[in-house]
Amino acid sequence: MTLGLINANPVVHAKKERVARTEDPHGDDAVDPLEIYDFVRDIRDPEHPYSLEQLSVLSEESITVDEKLGRILITFTPTIQHCSMATVIGLCLRVKLKECFPPHFKVDIKVAPGSHADEKSVNKQLNDKERVAAALENPNLRQLVDECLYSNEL
Amino acid sequence: MAETSQLIQHIESFVDSSHSPGQQAASLEAIASLLKNDQLTIETLVREMEGYLTTTDNIIRARGILLLGEVLVHLASKPLDDAPIHSLIGFFMDRLADWRALRGALVGCLALMRRKSSGGMVSGNDAKAVAESYLQNLQVQSLGQYERKLCFELLESLLERYPNAVASLGDNLIYGICEAVDGEKDPHCLMLTFHIIEVLSRLFPDPCGPLASFAHDLFEILGCYFPIHFTHPKVEDANVKRDDLAKALMLAFSSTPLFEPFAIPLLLEKLSSSLPSAKVDSLRYLSDCTVKYGVDRMAKHGEAIWSSLKDAVFTSVDSVLSFNPESLEGLDLPENEIAAEALSLLQKLIVQNTKMFLDLIVGDEDIKMIFNMISSYETYHEIPPQSKQRLHAVGRILSTSAKASTLSCNRVFECFFSQLMNILGLSVRNSSGHPSSDEGILISKRCNHGALYLSIELLSACRDLVASSETIPAASAHTEETWKYLLQNFSPSLTMAFCSAFICTSEDTHNADMYFGVKGLLILATFPGGYFLIPKTVFERILVTFVSIVNVDYSNTLLWKLALKALVQIGLFIERYHESEKELSYLGIVVERIVSLASVDDFSMPFTLRVEALLEIGTSGQSYMLKVVQGLEGTIYANLSKVHGSTNSAEIVTQLLKCYSNKVIPWICCAKGLEDVLLHFAINIWNQIENSMVFHATQTKERGVLDVMMKAMKLAVASCSVEKQNIIVQKSYSILSSSTSFPLKELFLQEGFQIAQVVDDSSIRDEWILSLFAAVIIAVHPRTHIPNIRPMLYLFMITLLKGNVAAAQALGSMVNKLGSGGQTSSDCTLEEAMDIILNSSLWIFHNDRSPDIQAKMTVVHDISCTSLQIHAIVGLAWIGKGLLMRGHEKVKDMTMIFLQCLQPSGVADISHQEKSVSENSYELDLHHSVMKSAADAFQILMGDSELCLNRDFHAVIRPLYKQRFFSTMMPLLQSLVMKSEPLSRPFLFRASAHIIMDTPLIVVLSDTKKIIPMLLDGLSALSNDILDKDVIYGLLLVLSGILMDKNGQKAVSDSAHTIVNCLIDLIQYPHMMLVRETAIQCLVAVSGLSHARIYPMRMQVLRAIIKALDDPKRAVRQEAVRCRQAWASIASRSLHS
Repeated sequence: MTLGLINANPVVHAKKERVARTEDPHGDDAVDPLEIYDFVRDIRDPEHPYSLEQLSVLSEESITVDEKLGRILITFTPTIQHCSMATVIGLCLRVKLKECFPPHFKVDIKVAPGSHADEKSVNKQLNDKERVAAALENPNLRQLVDECLYSNEL
Repeated sequence: MAETSQLIQHIESFVDSSHSPGQQAASLEAIASLLKNDQLTIETLVREMEGYLTTTDNIIRARGILLLGEVLVHLASKPLDDAPIHSLIGFFMDRLADWRALRGALVGCLALMRRKSSGGMVSGNDAKAVAESYLQNLQVQSLGQYERKLCFELLESLLERYPNAVASLGDNLIYGICEAVDGEKDPHCLMLTFHIIEVLSRLFPDPCGPLASFAHDLFEILGCYFPIHFTHPKVEDANVKRDDLAKALMLAFSSTPLFEPFAIPLLLEKLSSSLPSAKVDSLRYLSDCTVKYGVDRMAKHGEAIWSSLKDAVFTSVDSVLSFNPESLEGLDLPENEIAAEALSLLQKLIVQNTKMFLDLIVGDEDIKMIFNMISSYETYHEIPPQSKQRLHAVGRILSTSAKASTLSCNRVFECFFSQLMNILGLSVRNSSGHPSSDEGILISKRCNHGALYLSIELLSACRDLVASSETIPAASAHTEETWKYLLQNFSPSLTMAFCSAFICTSEDTHNADMYFGVKGLLILATFPGGYFLIPKTVFERILVTFVSIVNVDYSNTLLWKLALKALVQIGLFIERYHESEKELSYLGIVVERIVSLASVDDFSMPFTLRVEALLEIGTSGQSYMLKVVQGLEGTIYANLSKVHGSTNSAEIVTQLLKCYSNKVIPWICCAKGLEDVLLHFAINIWNQIENSMVFHATQTKERGVLDVMMKAMKLAVASCSVEKQNIIVQKSYSILSSSTSFPLKELFLQEGFQIAQVVDDSSIRDEWILSLFAAVIIAVHPRTHIPNIRPMLYLFMITLLKGNVAAAQALGSMVNKLGSGGQTSSDCTLEEAMDIILNSSLWIFHNDRSPDIQAKMTVVHDISCTSLQIHAIVGLAWIGKGLLMRGHEKVKDMTMIFLQCLQPSGVADISHQEKSVSENSYELDLHHSVMKSAADAFQILMGDSELCLNRDFHAVIRPLYKQRFFSTMMPLLQSLVMKSEPLSRPFLFRASAHIIMDTPLIVVLSDTKKIIPMLLDGLSALSNDILDKDVIYGLLLVLSGILMDKNGQKAVSDSAHTIVNCLIDLIQYPHMMLVRETAIQCLVAVSGLSHARIYPMRMQVLRAIIKALDDPKRAVRQEAVRCRQAWASIASRSLHS
């Protein structure tokens, strides 16, 4: 079997300009999609030295949050239908959010409807607590995830 | 003999290659100094060295010759006879053939060649011989880099110093040089080769001379370096930059017109390249060559150059105009390097050959097309971006051509101006400039924007032309110049067109309309030369138009700003060119009307805009500012008398005074020589106060008036000289003593409480006057004379007990400056003043009589004992600050009083007397507020105040006074904390926190180990009370400053555990977001301490930080994520770093 890249030539999009939030000391500082997006946009793709934002895997619109119920839903779009990296990307997102938000937030991670060939099973795998825990026990996988999260390549 | 053996030793040590370079250099120095001091002659040296110079051992011979060469370098300024020079140059010249020992020969030749004529030079014949030997023997390109460099330097000095000698070599020389420089790659050597070619070309200027036949070959060698592409990564070559190389090559290119047939085609070819740097270089080289090659040679390339140049401008000019008010004067297009170079080239070409290039421009199809295009689009916004770019390019080209010379200006106006006027639908009016009957009617249809834009470019170009020419046209004899004739005829109708641009379009007004309109009018108004080009009627009409916009159209922000900016520009222009006729119109129309804005009671126009307009106009010239200031002052005085009646007047006075102190006073201080204005201002305010008898300063609004008035008074007084301050002080003192009820003369004869009674009877007006007088005292210079200091002291002391802080500040300023200004006739020394203050029975804390007096005072003042104490403490704090800043030792007495108050026993002395007066349950609270104000006294002592006692108000400041106070107070406070009772502890911490916060960080850092426990205890002791939140924040900032510093980190490493515990508590601090954020940032900084120290705390911190992830504030959450990351990665550094 040849060990080629799964998506050898992805389309790279421009990074959106980061707008500094206006300082408003008395404003409502509830968790909003932009805040979550700011945490995850710079996660590196497992295959390429580009961020998830640049590959258009994520966007601000694909994130919804309900602070009262403590729920976060992220829908991401793998670059190609058969992307076996979709689960790794999902795992990265989950680890990152676990670091950035208190434990009482429930995080749901899904691939966008119709964007993946094996949508159902990927979704199931990503939201299965035990499989996630098991995956993070795997040293190889753990290293891959850490590389994506803390990479300086971008 | 000893000398000879020593010499041999030196020579030996230089020649021996086993010695270190340092030793070799030392022996070289030694030999050179022997020669310099005439202890040794050149002849002896050569004779001694004979063996080394002639040996067959290549290495020793090379070293020997090098030694001789280097010695000659050292002797550059020592006079030598011709004979030794002749034989030495003969020797070195000979040695050029010896390739194994070449370096020494080159060094020697070069040293001799570079000798100054005063100390004996190489003769012309010898130089020629050197050149011949050089050409015959040296294969430059086969040598190493350093030798090549020496070769080129030798060649350079031959060419520069002996031009006639080497010129006679003719073809041979040129051929040799071609051979030597061909293929050179080192940047240092290239700098030299470019220069050699430049000098060579100067040597053979004859177009039919020897250079002519070699020009092609020589240029082939040169041409391949263009454009310079140079990205040398090595640091050692950093002293040669790309620009230096490009400049040197340019000079070589343009050195002789003989290069013209080869250079111009090459440059034009590279101009079409897509590399921006190549384009810029090509254009620069073309400019240089144009000037140096001359008209005839450039003429044949005219068309080719024009078409490439046009392309360059068309593609590089920006397609977006900015319509900001800032771009009114100056460029409205962003600066583009290519376009700028291209236009400067065009200007040079036109200056050189006006007729040819203007023919090209006039006949150009692209330009014609643009002219056709603009008439098909009405508004600027309809024009597609690409056409906009071309339009701007044409604008720039036409403007550059018009700017080039009067002749070209005429031609451009002739061909294009009338065309534009046709498109705009304007016809020639009568040239007398009188408005004809139909001029009153505005042009009803929208003007063509493209044509407007181009006419503006043309007008501004010829304005610049007039401005730059020495002789401003004054006589009508010049009217035969076409552009002036056209301009004179069209200016009235153009004015109408520009006016109509922003007036007649009603519903779909664009920014472009307003911008073009204002800019056009501005340019017309700023033509130099009096009313010769632009008639008076037109000029005044323009001013009236702008003024009416400023008066009426304030709702249209952009237009308003543009018009105001334009007026300012016109004002500046009049100042710059001393246009006295126009100044009259400007004063009459603009300044008067704008100044009247200040006083008009019509409130339709927002007040802030009025003030802005006033100040903007004022800044355009000194005479205008004086008028504006007059207007402002007039309005202030007029409203001042009405303050008590209408809140509106109070509002106006507040605004105007603020504007006066923030804008006008700084401007006057910068302008120099306008001090009188400030003096009059201060005196007039005093006059106003004296004349108006009614003041009700109780209402908050009017209280505000007093505050801003005090500020303005302080600033005005502070900016005056000592003599003028004396006048103001005299004036204010006389008003204080004559028109108030204070019995100044007999004040100090009475007992404290009796005076207090008098003071208490004073009216609110008296209080105004006293506060204002305090403001004057605060701002004066130490040398300024203050009359009757003793009664003053009493008066201020009594009023401060009533809570008048200004009086306390004035007292502080007085003790700060007293006696330090070198004044001898002062009626009261500092020591006397301090005695009065400290022994005064007003101070309730420290003498035995206090309870008695206090009781009386309480009755008299009808205020509670606590607030009396608090006022006294505040007053003492300001006086203490004055003493502290000048470094007076009496400040100790003051701080002892504060420290006494901080200890329960100290206050208890007072309070047990109080029990009869107040109820017991009330007592604890009383203590608290008094103790708190005693703690805050340290803030007053250490903090920098904007209100008084600073550099602006001429305070006497001893260097490092904060540092000194810090190091005396901290040990004291530390020991007090040790033995303090729980009640007073927080206040002691608060006091020490104030001292720590206001001490420069660098001082705290040097004492970190001792301060840290105090600081941490303070943080935990004060974290319960919401009132202490600012103190907590200040302390945290100090802590984070320590943690960020390298030495600080070392010092706190031992107490890392306590610091972490303290910070973890503050993560949850409920009263202030900044405290939580800073605490987390400090934790991040702690994670950088040594691994062994912090690892045990890791889990504790991570647990605590999870709570912060849920913080209601986003900034805190983000810091928490960062902090978590930092601490989590301690365990697995390999992964995350």
